[in-house]
Amino acid sequence: MSGRAKSLLRGPAGGRLGFGRRVVVVRFPYPLSLRFGVRTLTICGVLGLAALAVAVLGLGTGEFEVPPADVIQALAGQGSGATRLVVMEWRLPRVLMALLIGGALGLSGAIFQSLLRNPLGSPDVIGFNMGAYTGVLVTMLLVGRGYYETAAGALIGGLLAAAVVYLLAYKQGVHGFRLIIVGIAISAVLGSVNQWFIIKVKLQLAVAAAIWGQGSLNTVKWEQVPPVAVAVALLTGCLLALGPRLSLLAMGEESAAALGVITERSRLLYLLIGVALTAVATAAAGPVSFVALAAPQLARLLTRTAGVALAPSAAMGALLMMTSDWLGQRAFAPTQLPVGVVTVSLGGLYFVWLLSRPLRRAGP
Amino acid sequence: MVLSDRRPIARAERPAGIVAGNAGRGAWLLACVAALAVTCVLSIVIGTRNIPLGTVWDAFLHFANTDDHAIVRELRVPRTALGLLAGAALGLSGAVIQAVTRNPLADTQILGMNAGAALFVVFAIGVLGLTSIWSYMWFAFAGVAFATVLVYALGSAGRGGATPLRLTLAGVALGAVMDGASAGVRLLKPRAFDYLRFWDVGTLGGRPLSIAGAVAPFIGVGLVLAFAAARSLNALALGDDLARSLGAGITRARVLSVVSVMLLTGAATAAVGPIGFVGLMVPHAVRWIVGPDQRWIFAFTVICAPILLLGADIVGRVLIRPAELQAGIVTAFMGAPVLIWLIRRRSVKAL
Repeated sequence: MSGRAKSLLRGPAGGRLGFGRRVVVVRFPYPLSLRFGVRTLTICGVLGLAALAVAVLGLGTGEFEVPPADVIQALAGQGSGATRLVVMEWRLPRVLMALLIGGALGLSGAIFQSLLRNPLGSPDVIGFNMGAYTGVLVTMLLVGRGYYETAAGALIGGLLAAAVVYLLAYKQGVHGFRLIIVGIAISAVLGSVNQWFIIKVKLQLAVAAAIWGQGSLNTVKWEQVPPVAVAVALLTGCLLALGPRLSLLAMGEESAAALGVITERSRLLYLLIGVALTAVATAAAGPVSFVALAAPQLARLLTRTAGVALAPSAAMGALLMMTSDWLGQRAFAPTQLPVGVVTVSLGGLYFVWLLSRPLRRAGP
Repeated sequence: MVLSDRRPIARAERPAGIVAGNAGRGAWLLACVAALAVTCVLSIVIGTRNIPLGTVWDAFLHFANTDDHAIVRELRVPRTALGLLAGAALGLSGAVIQAVTRNPLADTQILGMNAGAALFVVFAIGVLGLTSIWSYMWFAFAGVAFATVLVYALGSAGRGGATPLRLTLAGVALGAVMDGASAGVRLLKPRAFDYLRFWDVGTLGGRPLSIAGAVAPFIGVGLVLAFAAARSLNALALGDDLARSLGAGITRARVLSVVSVMLLTGAATAAVGPIGFVGLMVPHAVRWIVGPDQRWIFAFTVICAPILLLGADIVGRVLIRPAELQAGIVTAFMGAPVLIWLIRRRSVKAL
């Protein structure tokens, strides 16, 4: 197909007059075509490469140091047996999981922020994470603390909470503002339930729940990677199949409807995909906070687009998650910090830096 | 900021709030004051041990040092006073923050204030080893002040000044950094974790009257500043450019609001812990009743927020007698159904 695709460069290459953003349009046989902003594309590439570089670094460091060149050899299937064991069997699943989950959270954050048209929009709005926490606390108390038990508890609790919020907000369609308010209310109730559990249970259980609540990749094994990878790939496929409707919805309901989007159905589909992406990430690693909230806004500050965009958010999420997980393992070694503690610190500091930068134009 | 309703034409004809006209609003305000008075009396009467009204009366006028009199004077009155002060402070700070940031999701959490308070309290308990409320309450206050100054400084750093979006993002970012730091300390120090899981909940019980006295002046100043900013905040709701062209002092209004929020939240968090839902919910509910005028919103919030907090405290005392549920836990259970009922009842306007 690439042979028949031709690319057009629009706008002046670097003139002093502003003719808008430089855009590349790849045209396939009608009706397919793809538009990329040059800056967005570059930022995505840089973020992706940075994430891979940190991944190689993460594969090489630890108790058993492997130089980056050997890491790449081991990934290619060569190198000594010991190196291959450490890199491929012990460290690769964790690194893959960090990249996958970071990307999934970045995507889901971008979806929610576009749908709700609010920079504070995140999967938390629909009560998922609070519900997942409740589910895990109940599971830990009644069933056990194993990986699969907690994952199941988180999934059930989170999905139930999201369903309750959606149904309570539904009245001839889901009004964005109503969804936010109902989400606040249900999250507050669940938060109270969680606090009550936390002060009623034994300290040991409370600490275990708190560690889960920060999100951690410490226990990731190979067998947990394929299901997550398949789920994230499927959901990303669904997202791509929906096309550019998200950015139209982000313009407001009337505009989107006028441009031919069936708003209620599209919004439900996007909500489902967003919640599912969060669900996969939360089941695998716990509610890693802040990635979904920060990644879209960070990416937006870098790409200088008007709204949040999916691909840069995913790349930024993956980079943020990968770096945080590596720092969490290495910063206070041998003490391992849960990845969530690092995502908030690191992501927050980066956010602070981006905000404090003197901007050429008026800031966000 | 929000996707619109399906039937915009039908909605445009309705008044902005449930009550129209200042006479109606004044009558509602009086009704709310009466409800608050009843709540206060109930808060003194009801508890693990119910005390008849006559005995309460005697406890104030003819104090005889009986058990009942002591309970009224030493336990119930401090608790009610704290509930009144903290409720008004938390509610009003939420209303001011929502007005300044023009965001319905905004509360003290969003401006990083709870995170600042928690970080300083974690430091006081986990690192310095303080355990009495008198020593760490000032750390909570200092934490809120620290967070507020930092958030405002960062939010107003760029050329655009402290726009709502910049303030919100700055609060989220700094709050996250501080949350991460305090979570790290907590997980490394189990003793601090154990202590803080109770501080996190927030409660009105177990504090002497002197605590209420200590925070009252700060809350008083905060109230005055908030009302002083209310008119300009009305103009700010139209957007920065329009507000400026109408002659509102944008920077003055923002600084006044932020200082008032700092005083209100700092004092309330120091006294009762980080109780979150009051500041988030009451301004919304009030806005739907009285319409978008901030002066009315603030006045109603100051009266209605203590009703919710004290009501939650009373229910918490009765529900699992003789044990108690903390007010911070019950608040959400009391407030959430009201909030959901209100939002479903009519199509309400966003900020």
